[in-house]
Amino acid sequence: MTVLNKVESETAAPETATAARHSPLEHRAAELERRSTSGARGVRLHEEPFLSQINLRTPPGGVESSAVSDSLGLPLPTVNRVSGDEHHAVLWLGPDESLIVAPDGRAEHLLRTVRDAQRGGSGSAVDVSANRTTLRLSGPAAREVLEKLCSLDLHPRSFGPGDCAQTLLGRVIVVLWQLDREPGYRIMVRCSFADYLVDLLLDAMAEFLDG
Amino acid sequence: MLLVRCPWCGDRDEAEFRYGGQADVDYPADPHQLDDAAWGEYLFVRANPLGSFNERWVHTAGCRRWFSLVRDTATNEMSPDIPRRRESR
Repeated sequence: MTVLNKVESETAAPETATAARHSPLEHRAAELERRSTSGARGVRLHEEPFLSQINLRTPPGGVESSAVSDSLGLPLPTVNRVSGDEHHAVLWLGPDESLIVAPDGRAEHLLRTVRDAQRGGSGSAVDVSANRTTLRLSGPAAREVLEKLCSLDLHPRSFGPGDCAQTLLGRVIVVLWQLDREPGYRIMVRCSFADYLVDLLLDAMAEFLDG
Repeated sequence: MLLVRCPWCGDRDEAEFRYGGQADVDYPADPHQLDDAAWGEYLFVRANPLGSFNERWVHTAGCRRWFSLVRDTATNEMSPDIPRRRESR
């Protein structure tokens, strides 16, 4: 992992970057739209590109973690949980590792906030927004679709809103995050695996096409 | 498929893990003092018990942490108790 230093983050020109950037799945947006269904057994899939993501390492239970949590206005999550909502959240990734997720364009501000809070202590904060893209899978049949690809027990008794897990979907490592009861999920996947994962998901969704 | 208990993430499929071999194999205190046979012994020779075996696993598809567990090599039963960390680590 490359640690983005201060100089790099300040010399980046955000306007130019925005104009030139492409999301990994933008060429499949129309296809995703076409293959999504509504109704009692519907399932919808679309990309939520360019979410701001900060990888946060902080010693658990230390002064740093309470400083970081104060600066974010959110408690750091407990094991396999998410604190916050889909607009501003911290996901549990490991015993001393979390992922801050926020809408596009928030990364630099968040990075500054967290690094200020960490000053003088141990830990790190790295902008990993370009590492993963996000898929949103929702609809009454969303859990059935995921269950074809995932070995986790996704039944509401063991996985519900506000839960997250790093696991395998097919052969791909993803961060799986359940947002609501519908159920709606966010699937955060490395950009280079996104196409493959969409193939798998569309295949799993095929049986629901006719309602 | 084995169900492996990651001490952090909980029970997960074996496919999410990589195996790390025998646990508690210490790097020699002074490798220069070893002759070739002893060095070879350290590098390549591992216990192969029938029964309880302390071993290393890494949760590659999850939290990416290394941990030790005790597995019965005859039955593949894994003890949920994490072996006690030794003083030297």
